[in-house]
Amino acid sequence: MEIKFTHHQSAHCENGVVSNLMKHNGFNISEPMVFGIGSGLLFCYIPFLKVNHAPAITYRSMPGSIFKRFAKRVGIKIKHEKFSNPKDAKVRLDQNLANNNPVGLQVGVYNLEYFPDEYRFHFNAHNLIVYGKENNTYLISDPVMESVTSLSEKQLEKVRFAKGAFAPKGHIYYPTNFPKELNIESAIIKGIKQTCRDMLAPVPIVGVKGIRMVAKLIRKWPKKKGTKVANHYLGQIVRMQEEIGTGGGGFRYIFAAFLQESSKILKNPKLAELSTEMTQIGDLWRDFALDLSRIYKNRSAKEDAYNNVAIQLETIADKEEVFFKALKKAI
Amino acid sequence: MKKNEVPQDKSNLESVNFKELCYAVDENGEYTTAHSTGWDPKTIALNKAIEEIHERTENAKQRVLNNTTSPIEYYMELHKMDLPILSSYVGFWKWRVKRHFKPKVFNKLPQKTLQKYADVFDISIDKLKNIADGN
Repeated sequence: MEIKFTHHQSAHCENGVVSNLMKHNGFNISEPMVFGIGSGLLFCYIPFLKVNHAPAITYRSMPGSIFKRFAKRVGIKIKHEKFSNPKDAKVRLDQNLANNNPVGLQVGVYNLEYFPDEYRFHFNAHNLIVYGKENNTYLISDPVMESVTSLSEKQLEKVRFAKGAFAPKGHIYYPTNFPKELNIESAIIKGIKQTCRDMLAPVPIVGVKGIRMVAKLIRKWPKKKGTKVANHYLGQIVRMQEEIGTGGGGFRYIFAAFLQESSKILKNPKLAELSTEMTQIGDLWRDFALDLSRIYKNRSAKEDAYNNVAIQLETIADKEEVFFKALKKAI
Repeated sequence: MKKNEVPQDKSNLESVNFKELCYAVDENGEYTTAHSTGWDPKTIALNKAIEEIHERTENAKQRVLNNTTSPIEYYMELHKMDLPILSSYVGFWKWRVKRHFKPKVFNKLPQKTLQKYADVFDISIDKLKNIADGN
């Protein structure tokens, strides 16, 4: 059985799954809209979580939170389920497909067969849509891929029950109830307000303060950890910021696109201006990534180089602080 | 980022004929999406990370051959895992997995425990015990 489903490629998996499920149900919601309403933009340094032997830095909110907030703010109901037994998880998936209901799944990337080998790390917060089953093969719409793909029963079970941080535990989700009309306007305002609050939070590892903290650490790493480890950490920052799914510039461009779209919906020209500013901040993040790569490209970087990128990062923090204060006032 | 500035560098994506989606502005300042084949700064970062994993794996292999660690650590590195991930897959506490890194402890492990590790790494017990086979 195959459900009539249109696949649209997106930059990020979670936004993409939500956007595609909404489009399937007749609501034309773009990826940046989902991201902005769900307050996806963030900066957070997570010292107690190591990813690939380097400290974790994230440019987005917790996996799953974008969808949760988006649903709450526009007024749709979502059913979430997790399973301890793979058999139950499969039964529930098959039931939904039999009812013509495409569903979102959280999966681990490591065993995802259709991903290039180099990209298969133990990352468990990837999302995809299953829209049908033919001869024991599941039809998959993975939003970051250009076209649809498929996985066998065994392959899908493996990725649904990947282990480690954020283990998906067969997590399945789908919208169950839609209002007649979505409250887009109020949802946009709520989304923006929370993003401003998060980015300006008085917590040392979050938002603008988090960016400043990482700048400080970049200065310390070469002395404390040696250049080899320091460079590995810098490479990790670039990967978190620019890897597939971010849309470039640590999600800043997607956020700028959201502000531009919102400016038209809310008829607020100030948001369009701020969108242009966010694009420029995104460009600064790109420059920062480029300069980091110059350091880890040749192993014998001068100490001055670390200092320079730290200054660059502090400039970004200052700009984002001004930006989010202005954004808070604009709505 | 302007649409015509979206980088089109060579990357590991080429092998699978896959392009990623980026957000950029067009000539009128309107946001749109554009495909990118890759960007050097992140390709280099990814390649370095992979190199690092190879180094770690090679290092673990040498230590297995020198009898200072057990093959479990080698297979852990080979599968890009770390201690928390392996412990979660195999269902043992981290300190137990770490103990199983000791060759002396590893050599006395019961078949049942070995089978659990072999299942996680998707190999036979023979291969788990003898890393030189087929590698």
